[in-house]
Amino acid sequence: MAESAIKISGKKQSRFLDKVKEILPEGGNLDACLTCGACSSGCPATGIDDLDPRKVLRMAALGMDEELTTTPWAWACTMCMRCIYVCPMKINIPQLVFNMRAAWPTDKKPKGIVGSAMAARKNDSGSAMGLTSEMVMETVEELLEEVQEEQEGWENLQAPFDKKGATYVLNQNSREPQMEEDEMVPLWKILDMVGADWTYATKGWAAENYSMFMADDELWEENVRLKASGVDDLGAKYWLNTE
Amino acid sequence: MKYADWIKEGKLPVNSDWNKDLKIKFTLQDPCQLVRKSFGDKAAEDMRYAVKKIVGEENFIDMTPNMSNNFCCGGGGGFLQSGRKDERRRYGRIKDDQIKATEATYVIAPCHNCHSQLHDLSEHYEGGYHVVHMWTLICLSLGILGENERTHLGPDLQDIGLDD
Repeated sequence: MAESAIKISGKKQSRFLDKVKEILPEGGNLDACLTCGACSSGCPATGIDDLDPRKVLRMAALGMDEELTTTPWAWACTMCMRCIYVCPMKINIPQLVFNMRAAWPTDKKPKGIVGSAMAARKNDSGSAMGLTSEMVMETVEELLEEVQEEQEGWENLQAPFDKKGATYVLNQNSREPQMEEDEMVPLWKILDMVGADWTYATKGWAAENYSMFMADDELWEENVRLKASGVDDLGAKYWLNTE
Repeated sequence: MKYADWIKEGKLPVNSDWNKDLKIKFTLQDPCQLVRKSFGDKAAEDMRYAVKKIVGEENFIDMTPNMSNNFCCGGGGGFLQSGRKDERRRYGRIKDDQIKATEATYVIAPCHNCHSQLHDLSEHYEGGYHVVHMWTLICLSLGILGENERTHLGPDLQDIGLDD
């Protein structure tokens, strides 16, 4: 319960809610709340910062724009979409939260997320850890050689880069080449066993995309286009996003 | 889930013989991005098909709720990099409780964010469960998992399928 009554100051010309409604299909049904609370009862972020999905939607309806666009709760909701999944009116609260995030100036957004998104722009690997494609190729080649030499039956194991016309382009989370490279090998073995025609792409091989988390549409598009062009350049049929 | 297709096509001849006597229990995290947000319950069912073939149907214990109705673990949306560790762990409490209720020794997490978050939750709330990728278990079942490829496995599975 609120400690004191919420005061609404006059009718606003345009609420934050109205701006978000304009860009969502069907206005995200943002005016359709029945206040049933199904969203909040099944939301793991309920209670964090004394907020929950229903309260946030109510704040938007009341035009509490200042509170809405500054609350750190926007970064406690993971936009997992369980609220809209159970909502009888299919209200797009996750998109409301995405736009709450987008309303934050870049220098106020969480440094970890922004830093990762910016690192991914340093070169055409798209890696949030700033790994270059050369570094990853070297790691992969050394590891592959080790497996071929030391593990019986895997003398012909492959982990190619930029193989033209391969069926699958496989991406890789930067964490593996950087922190636990041995975790890459089981997937290579599985792909070998099923006879999959696959390759890594030097362009945009990194799976992660932090510009999406920081709710920056332009950077998000830039990152996805980089990845897509890596796949298109090789003429591959499928883009495999790892486990 | 290509894994389920490949198992059905006979290209990945996995089996659960290795776990017949060990009877080690496994549960499965449904990643929001993969299931609820992208491919729906079909992907969740495919994962369960693969997992049951690999660990044995009697050794798989589902969380409640599950599939598209599953709770997010708290690792998604950039939470791991947002600098809000206490809040992230508070968020993850519900997931940790879900996992503990299954009494499984292992959680299979087919998503990197889930993997990191669940690993942290297991340590922080002292659940003692291990968090593994699907590819590790597929290779373990096929007898092709190398010695160095067992970082996330507990002591009970360190030697399974190795010659000496």
